[in-house]
Parts: sequence; structure tokens; C-alpha cells
Amino acid sequence: MKKVIMGNHALSFGAMLGRTQVIAAYPITPQTQVVELLSEMCADGSLKAKFIKVESEHSAMAACIGASVAGARTFTATSAQGLALMHEMIHWASGGRHPVVLGNINRAMAPGWSIWADQNDSLSERDTGWMQFYCSSNQEVLDTTLQAFKVSEALYIPSMVILDAFALSHTYEVVDVPDQDKVDEFLPPFKPYARIDPATPRAFNGLTGPENYMELRYKLQKDMERVPDLVESTGREYEKMFGRYLGAVDPYRCEDAETILVTSGTAGYTAHVAVEEMRKEGRPVGNLRIRMFRPFPFALVRDILAPAKKIAVVDRNISYGHHGMFAQEVKSAIYGRNGGAPVFGFIAGLGGRDITPVSFREMVEYTAAHDRPEEDILWIGVKR
Amino acid sequence: MPKKKEAAKIVFESEKDVPIMPMSLGSMLFNKTGSWRNIRPEIRTADCIQCGICWKFCPDMSIEVENEFPVVDYDFCKGCGICAEECPTKCIDMVEERK
Repeated sequence: MKKVIMGNHALSFGAMLGRTQVIAAYPITPQTQVVELLSEMCADGSLKAKFIKVESEHSAMAACIGASVAGARTFTATSAQGLALMHEMIHWASGGRHPVVLGNINRAMAPGWSIWADQNDSLSERDTGWMQFYCSSNQEVLDTTLQAFKVSEALYIPSMVILDAFALSHTYEVVDVPDQDKVDEFLPPFKPYARIDPATPRAFNGLTGPENYMELRYKLQKDMERVPDLVESTGREYEKMFGRYLGAVDPYRCEDAETILVTSGTAGYTAHVAVEEMRKEGRPVGNLRIRMFRPFPFALVRDILAPAKKIAVVDRNISYGHHGMFAQEVKSAIYGRNGGAPVFGFIAGLGGRDITPVSFREMVEYTAAHDRPEEDILWIGVKR
Repeated sequence: MPKKKEAAKIVFESEKDVPIMPMSLGSMLFNKTGSWRNIRPEIRTADCIQCGICWKFCPDMSIEVENEFPVVDYDFCKGCGICAEECPTKCIDMVEERK
């Protein structure tokens, strides 16, 4: 059934259709309407889940981990400072292999206090062992949430479904909300790897000495390496059932592009429009929108960027003292390959400043005028 | 006192044997935590009413019941003092370790 819903509610519908059994959340800013709608669904009985209102985001993730190890499908949502407060438990979820799905609205980190789009919150969690999926439409948010449950539970690795503040979170779009029966067929009930059960008592996440710890981490990495293939097969299975395909990346007119923009989130959608316009003017540009940041789809990115003479990465984030984080990954992906195409690292849109088709035109013009970037970071839209 | 069964560290030979979850990777019984103790509980049995509250509250299962009276297992008791705090007749003294 088609509905006009905001991005936040696309996450809520994803969690509802996924028959989430436990939702734990902290209800105050920077929280969004994601859990508000879920709490209403729990109250009116349309979602048979336990909604646990906790006293902080740290506790929200702790409750999800507990529920997950008890065998429940679990979901929570947060943003910015809330995600940062969860940080310790974020490690517990992945290290303990609890496949929690978390909706994160990309909001800028304070101070100055901000609720606008910026990826530094989720990208600060890139080394925690979670999968990360960046979305560019409300439909994608809903579809990704359902696929995230499936992939997470197959490998016991938690997932973040990530969307830009306001540009998606509070923007209404038409979303095809799938039928529950079909979703049930796609996403069977969660089968825990091991669960708390008095009949077979076990200690979970206890002291692990140097003699065993490293193997646990090796196994987490090995399973992370299985993600790209599983995301692809899950995406194809979803396409067969629901008619929409989502993969780790979304390339547009890259095959014959001389300059390829590398984008993510809603900026990737805008870039698509900008590329359409510039193509009409005869400029050979393409757009590679990266949906999956962790694990980073190195092989796909390498192949798609292969024809490019210049690569322009757009980051709505910054690793202070280094570059934008997508630029770092792209450089790492093509290191020693691709004939050494220069990577131009643009930083734009921090703290919710708009990234418009004109911004992309500015970037493409810069790359056309320069053989190599003059600086490691090329700032777009800073008032200087 | 009924002795807890002896346990050794579990060391896996290969990552293939390690569960993906850090769960029950070994018994903690080999880890004798009694040496962490600064103060030790001493039970004055004469005032004990055998209520079992100390046994129930001990977070480390370091109080056993022997001949219907509580006995502290000093191999594992960390000296937290919860038993002394909870004892209704205050017959558990926390005494400084002097070694």
C-alpha cells in the first residue's frame, strides 16, 4: 500500500513490518519521531512488541543487547549525541554478536548544538564492528531496514540504517509499504546463535583472556568479509519479491564517465540530478553513491571507479586533521590501482548547510580545471 | 565445606572451535579472587539465626551452607561486605586482612 510518510516513519514501518519484538529508546532530543510512532503502535496493539522507555541511549542499547541475547528481534533509534552516549554499548553489541538494528538520523555533533544533517555522528562509530547503510529516499529507508534485519541476523552483526536529518527524516515522500505476509516470507523469525536459557546455563560476554580474545575478533572480521555477497543476494531476493533492488552501491552513468562523483545519503540523490543536467551539456560525469560504508565495498568501488580519470569525493563529515572519511576510504580502495587517478576530497554541507546541484557543478568545474587537487581538503560553501 | 570442582582455563586450539559469541569461554573457578580482599567477613556462629540471607545476597556465591550454618569460601570472597550489611543479627564482622 502506498503511503505518504516522513523518513522517520519509514524506519518505524520497517521495524513494525519486521515484527520487532523489543524496542528500547530514550525519548528526548536528539531523538526523532521514529520511536514515537513505534510507541503508539505498541500502545494500540498493531505491533506486538515490548517498548522499554529507558533513562539514556546507553541504557537503550544495553536493553537491546539483553533482549537480543534472550532471543528477541530488537530495534532502537537515535542521533548525534545520543549515538555518542551509546558508544560503549555499541561495542558490546557487535563484540557480543547481537544483531540489533539501529536507525540513526545523521545529525551534527554538538557544540554548537545542532540538529541538522551531518555524518560525523555515525562515522565516529565506523570502527565498532557494525554494518552501516546510508539511505537517500524514504522508500530506501524502509527497504533497507527490512534487509538489515535479514543480513544482521544471518551473520550476527548489528546494523545501522542511516538517513540525513530533515532532508529525509522530516521530509514526506510516497513510500510503497509492503504487505505483512510478504515481509514475513522474506524475513522469518530471528534464530539466536545462543540465548539465555536456564536449561543450558551460559555466561555471556565474560572475561576473555589473551588466549582466546584474538580469535573472537578474527571471526568478526571474517564474517564482515562475507557481508558484501550477502547484501547482494539479499538485495536480489528482495527485488524478486518487492520489485526494488538495493545494493552496497548505486552507480549512475559511471561506465563512460571521465569524472566520477562519489557521494552518499541525500547528497547522492542531488548528485544524480546534477549529473543528469551536466550530461545534457555533454560533460562526461557520473555518480557513485555509496550505500554501505561498513564493511566498505572495496571491490565494487574499485571496479566502478576504474574508467575515471578524476574522482571527486563529497564528504558531509570530516576527520579532523585528516580528510573527509569517504575520501579516505576511496583512496584506500584504489591505492596501487586505477592508474593513479587523482582523488579530489570535497567537504560540503556540514551541520546541515545545503548541498545543491550548483555545489556539484562547482566541484566538477574545479576537477576539470586542475590536474590534481591543490589541497587535501577542498571546501565547498564555506564563507571565506 | 563441599569443594567447588577444580577448573582449568579453556584454551582453544583453533579459531574454528571458538564460538562467535564470547560465551562460556571457560569456567571462572580457576580465577581465585580471594586475594583481592582487603577486609574479610568473619561469622560469629553463636549469634547466627540460620536465616540464609548472607548466602542469598553473596554476589560471588562465596558463602556455602555447612551443617546448616554459613561458611565463607575465602578462595573466592572478595570482601565486599554485602553479607555483613544484610545480616539481620549483625553477626558478621568485617575484619581487616593483615598479611
